[in-house]
Amino acid sequence: MKTAPSTLSRFMDRRQALVYPAPAVIALFFIVIIPIAYNLYLTFTKWTIGLGQPRFIGFGNFIELFSDERVLNGVKVMVYFSGLSLSLELVLGLLIAVYFNREFKGSEIVQAIYIFPFAATPVAVALIWRIMLNPEIGVMNYLLRGVGLPGSLWVSSPLTVIPALVMVDVWKWTPMITLIVLAGLKSLPHDPYEAARIDGANTFQIFWHITLPLIWPVLIAALMLRSLDNLKEFDMIYTITQGGPGISSETLYLYAYNVGFSFFKAGYGSALMVVVFLIVLAFNMAMNRMRLRAQDL
Amino acid sequence: MSADKEKMITGTGMAKTIKSAFFYAGAIALCVPPVFVFVWMILTGLKTGVQNISYPPEFIFVPTLENFRAVFQQYNFFRYLMNSLIVAGLATGVSLVLGLPAAYSIAKYRQGKIGILILVARMTPFVSYLLPWYIIFRHLRLIDTYTALTITHLIITLPMVIWLMVSFFEGMPEELEDAAMIDGCSRLQSFLIIVLPLVRNGIATSAILSFIFSWNQFLFSLILSGPKTKTVPVAVYNFISYGKIDWAGIGAAATLIVLPVSVFAFFVRRTIVQGLTMGALKD
Repeated sequence: MKTAPSTLSRFMDRRQALVYPAPAVIALFFIVIIPIAYNLYLTFTKWTIGLGQPRFIGFGNFIELFSDERVLNGVKVMVYFSGLSLSLELVLGLLIAVYFNREFKGSEIVQAIYIFPFAATPVAVALIWRIMLNPEIGVMNYLLRGVGLPGSLWVSSPLTVIPALVMVDVWKWTPMITLIVLAGLKSLPHDPYEAARIDGANTFQIFWHITLPLIWPVLIAALMLRSLDNLKEFDMIYTITQGGPGISSETLYLYAYNVGFSFFKAGYGSALMVVVFLIVLAFNMAMNRMRLRAQDL
Repeated sequence: MSADKEKMITGTGMAKTIKSAFFYAGAIALCVPPVFVFVWMILTGLKTGVQNISYPPEFIFVPTLENFRAVFQQYNFFRYLMNSLIVAGLATGVSLVLGLPAAYSIAKYRQGKIGILILVARMTPFVSYLLPWYIIFRHLRLIDTYTALTITHLIITLPMVIWLMVSFFEGMPEELEDAAMIDGCSRLQSFLIIVLPLVRNGIATSAILSFIFSWNQFLFSLILSGPKTKTVPVAVYNFISYGKIDWAGIGAAATLIVLPVSVFAFFVRRTIVQGLTMGALKD
């Protein structure tokens, strides 16, 4: 081991705190910061990609936002879709985790099954859901009719398209919340539970007064992790409905994509992206505050 | 009658059996949704085109491998699988090489400010990157190249590797490293020989998650790939954009895409959960 250290290796040793992160930081600067800066610049311009040069128009794009009905629709769809899917995933994920939080034969198998929707390629499983949700020949309506219920139009009707997409999202992501919360539950202290049992608390009381407060920070952290992708859901909605029927499932994010890559309006599309970013940022800052407060308790 | 039942349930072995039977019934019910979609995907791939559009849907039929043959011969699927393998492999490899030292330094010297950069990268919508990258790559004539796809996939995989690895490095005992230094190792040697083997679980986790996320990536590839570099999610998506939808082909192709990542995830499910949980519990 004791070789004469070269100048380079001496430099790397002395400046470790600088040398080690440098390549990643430089890479992130080029692949992340420069595009974001370019994107911000474009928000102040009017430009159809491939035609002429960007023309500076000040805040024109942001003013246009307020008179664009598809923006309002996009925000509504986003709130409906994300609000419903995130809350369902959180509640179901927690309840299923509590259910599985015990020693039983086959817990390994459950874990193996629950990792599948998480790992499965979104576009591929979304296409399978699209087949399953077909109102005429789909297996979902077959199963509904089998138990005496009327079939649904699922993603073919503006009324049911969001709940149907929420169902697919809940199918794909609840298992991940379950696995995270389950790992959190296993690391909780035993003492409060024993004390409660001695005091004669019932299962529901134990869940409400002990489990829930203890697991709360994990739940919020899981929600934040999930919201980063959920608010920017693209693959699944694009594959199943492309925002349709009409624009009834067109989230703000999907609309921004269409403005950029169907209409090639770079400036306006970039402005929409900034709005999406601000929504994600605001949501996560609010959640982070909640989490810090929960940890202080 | 109900009094008899209550008598049975209190305190006997029978009661325990009934209770655990109920538990297992519930457990099986909770496993039906993930399993059903998985099975339905494979069944769709094993049915003929006619069987796939018949109603009521057929659950029992003579399976055919014809769709899998067609997917490889007509749609040239092997090429797309290779493209995905190359891009996901490159993105994962580069992310590890750049991300491991960075995460180590962030954990050791508490360089929280770099964390902000990673947070910004994770929160910014992908289309915000896609629009500028599309314009830049068009200018450089790099659309439909592995370079373009790998660079854009790094936007996802590099922050993920750093974010996961910081928590693994933080959980590592510092004494071992100090001992190595006393033995005369340089810091680089001790990083490569002592530190990295200690966090091999973390490296495996972040490598696998990074591979899965790159393999599954759709949006960047949809715009930036072309006939030469098309990856599997875009290839299977294109099955529906030719007017006539080939359900059987989609079933077979979806199975081929999902199977590798599922098997992958299955073998490392414990570390994946550990990685996600550590990430969720941290900062």
